[in-house]
Amino acid sequence: MPIILWTDALVFLLVACGAAAGFYVSRREYLLASWRRVGESRAGMAALTVLAAYILIGLLDSLHYRPRLEAVAGKPANGYSSEVRSALDALLQPLKAATEKTYSAPLATHLYARETVELPDGTQARIFPRLRHGGAHLGDPAEDWAQDVAGRIVRGLALAVLAGLTFAAIAVQAAAVRWGVRWQTAWRRIRRGETHFAWNAVLVTLAGLLLLGGPVIALAGGYHVFGTDKVGQDVLYLTLKSIRTGLVIGTVTTLAMLPFAVALGIVAGYLGGWVDDVIQYLYTTLNSIPGVLLIAASVLMMQVVIDTHPDWFATSAQRADARLLALCLILGVTSWTGLCRLLRAETLKLRELEYVQAAQAFGASSVRIMGRHILPNVMHIVLIAVVMDFSGLVLAEAVLSYIGIGVDPSTISFGTMINTARLELAREPVVWWSLVAAFAFMFVLVLAANLFSDAVRDAFDPRLAGRRITLSAQGQTT
Amino acid sequence: MLVYIFRRLLYALPILVGVNLLTFTLFFVVNTPDDMARMQLGIKRVTPEAIQKWKAERGYDKPLLYNEAAEGAGKLTHTIFFEKSVKLFVFDFGRADDGRDIGHEIKTRMGPSLAIALPVFLLGLFVTVSFALMLAFFRATYLDFWGVVACVAMMSISSLFYIIGGQYLVSKIWHLVPISGYAGGLDAARFLLLPVLISVAAGIGSSTRWYRTIFLEEIGKDYVRTARAKGLSELAVLFRHVLKNAMIPILTGVVVVIPLLFMGSLIIESFFGIPGLGSYTIDAINAQDFAVVRSMVFIGSVLYIIGLLLTDLSYTLVDPRVRLQ
Repeated sequence: MPIILWTDALVFLLVACGAAAGFYVSRREYLLASWRRVGESRAGMAALTVLAAYILIGLLDSLHYRPRLEAVAGKPANGYSSEVRSALDALLQPLKAATEKTYSAPLATHLYARETVELPDGTQARIFPRLRHGGAHLGDPAEDWAQDVAGRIVRGLALAVLAGLTFAAIAVQAAAVRWGVRWQTAWRRIRRGETHFAWNAVLVTLAGLLLLGGPVIALAGGYHVFGTDKVGQDVLYLTLKSIRTGLVIGTVTTLAMLPFAVALGIVAGYLGGWVDDVIQYLYTTLNSIPGVLLIAASVLMMQVVIDTHPDWFATSAQRADARLLALCLILGVTSWTGLCRLLRAETLKLRELEYVQAAQAFGASSVRIMGRHILPNVMHIVLIAVVMDFSGLVLAEAVLSYIGIGVDPSTISFGTMINTARLELAREPVVWWSLVAAFAFMFVLVLAANLFSDAVRDAFDPRLAGRRITLSAQGQTT
Repeated sequence: MLVYIFRRLLYALPILVGVNLLTFTLFFVVNTPDDMARMQLGIKRVTPEAIQKWKAERGYDKPLLYNEAAEGAGKLTHTIFFEKSVKLFVFDFGRADDGRDIGHEIKTRMGPSLAIALPVFLLGLFVTVSFALMLAFFRATYLDFWGVVACVAMMSISSLFYIIGGQYLVSKIWHLVPISGYAGGLDAARFLLLPVLISVAAGIGSSTRWYRTIFLEEIGKDYVRTARAKGLSELAVLFRHVLKNAMIPILTGVVVVIPLLFMGSLIIESFFGIPGLGSYTIDAINAQDFAVVRSMVFIGSVLYIIGLLLTDLSYTLVDPRVRLQ
C-alpha cells in the first residue's frame, strides 16, 4: 500500500515546481542566458553532479509504502504492516536486514567486543565472535579476508570503469550528433573544456563518484563497509537514509518560507505606508528573538502537542514525519526575515523605475504590477537566497538534533547519527566509523551545495556582473 | 544624542511587547498549563490533583488574561499573563522548575559565558579580518584562490566536527588541556583555551570570505585608484584607506552581536561543561523547563535591540556622514 507522508508530498510538489520552472525558463532566452553561465562553471557543474547523486537517493527514499503482511496460517492476508518503508529500503534490504549484535569495525569479520561463548568441548572462553553477516561467507577469515576484499574492490572498480565508459560514450555520441561532428572531435572538445556547458567537469566528477561507489557496492554485498553501530545496524545504510532528512530540511524549509517572504517583502516595499510599518514590525520582532531560542521554544511546544495527541498518527513513521515537517516550518518561520528585508529594499528601488510608473499610468492594478512587473525582477534575489540557505540548514539540523530540538530521535539523520556516536570516541579502542561516515557524507553534501550556490550567485547577481575576478586577470586591477 | 537614544529605546518597547505576546502565545495558549503539567508528570497515570498541585506550585493555576475572582486591579494582575509575562519587563524572572531563582542564576552564569564569548569574539574578529586583508592583498593570485577554496571547505564542515575532533585530538590524544570543566579565577584559562580556539577556527571560513568580498568591493572604488595614483604603496592603501572604509559594512554585522555575547554559546558551553548561560539554556530545553526558556528568549531580544542601537551609534563614530536625528 503506497503511503504519502507529508514531507513526501512537499518533496514531490518541489520536484513538480522545479520541472515547471525548468520548462518556463527553457522558453525564455534571457533566463536561459543566466543558467548557461551557471553551466559554464566547472566547480558548479561538478557540485551539481554530486548533488544529483544525493537527490536521487533522497527521492528514492521518499517513495514510501507499507508492505502487505504475510498470510498467517489459516487467515487470508488482508492487513498492512505498521512499518513504513521506502523504495530505498527495498533496494538496501540486504544491508538493512544484516544487523549484528553491536559495534563492528569497517570491513570487519569479528565483533568489536569480546563475548563469553561455550566451546564445543564444554569449556567457556572469551573471544571475539564472528559476525553474523560481515564476512560470513569466508571459510577462514584470517587467510581469505585480504584476498576477498581485494577481489571485490577490483571487481567494483571494473564495473565502475565499465559504467563510466558507457556513460561517457553515450554523452560523447550525443554531443557529436548534436554538433554534427565526428565523435573524436566531440571528445576532444569535451576533454579540453571547449564546450559551453562544463561537460568535462561533469564527466570527471561522475567518474570519481563511480570509482568510489563501485567498490563500496561490491564490498557491501559481503561486509559492513562502514562498520556497524551500537545496536548492530549497518552504518552505510544509516548514512544513506540520513540523506533524505538533510535534503528535506534544506528544501522544504525554504519552500515553506518563500510564500511569506516574497509576498510580504514585495507588498511592504510596493505599498508602503501602514502596511509597510506592520510588516516591518513583524519581522523586527521575530528577528529580535535569537534564532535558536525561538526554534527551541517552538519545537518544545510542538513536541507537547504531538505527545498529547498520539491518536493523530497511525504509525510511528507518520509521527516522526510530522515532527520533521514541523521542524521545517519552524525553521522557515524563523528564517524568512532576511529574505523579506532584501525583497522589500529591492522593491522600494524598483517601484520608482519608469516601467513600473508606465504600468501605473496604464491603470494596472497594484496586484498586477506586483505580480507581473516586480516579482520577475526580484526572482534572482529569491533564487540566490534559496540556494545559499540550503547548506546552512543542513548544518543547522545536526546542531539542533544535538541540543535535542531537532528531528525525532527515531528519524535517521546526520544529526541523530552524530549525537548517538559522539560518546563513542571515549571507548577503547575508539569507535570512529559512524562519526566519520556521518561527517564525511554531510561535508560532501554541504560543500557541493556551497559550490553550486556560488556558481548560481555569480551567474545571477547583477552586482557581480562585469567585475568577476579570475586567475587569468592577473595584476592589480580587478 | 541622548534624545536619539531615548527615542530609540521607546521604539524598542513595542518590539519587546511583541516578543512577549509571542512567547506568551507559544507557552500558554498553544499548550495550556494542563498540557505542560501532564507532560512533566508523565502522560499516563496522572491524577487531576497532581496536575492542580503542579500548577499551584508554579503559579500556573490562575486564569490566563482576566481573573474574575479577584478584586479591583487584581482582576488583571492575578493572572498568568501579568505574573509570568509582564513581570519580565522589570527583569523579574520568577523561579525555575527546580525552585531556584532564575535572575540569580543568570547573574552568576553571565561571567563564565562572557569569559568564553569575549575572547572568541575579539580573537575571531582579529584573525578573520587579517586573513581577509591578506587574501585581498594577494587577490587574483593562486594564494587568494586556494585561500578561498580553504574558506569554502572550512565553512562546509559542521561545527560539531570542530568540537568533537578538537576535543578528541587535543584533550584525549595529546592530553594538553582538560576535556571539559570549569574553574574560577586564573585557573579558568586552562579550561577556556580549547573552546576559544575551536570556536575561532569554526568561524574562520564564512567570516573570512565575507570580509574578503567587502574588501574587494572597496578596492574597486575610485578613491582607491586615486590613492594609488598618489603613489601610495599597496599596503598603505589597504590599511589606511580600504580597511577604514570597509569598517562600515563590517560594523553592521559585528556590533549587533556584542550584547548577545552575554548569552554565551549553546553548543560550546555544553560540550565543554562550562557553567554559562548557554549550557543553562540547553539544560532547560532538555528538562523542558519553560520558565527558563521564556526568560532567555526575553533577555535575548532585549540584548538584540541594544545591539541594534549600538550599531547605529557606532556608525557616527566611523562615518562622519551619518548624523543621528
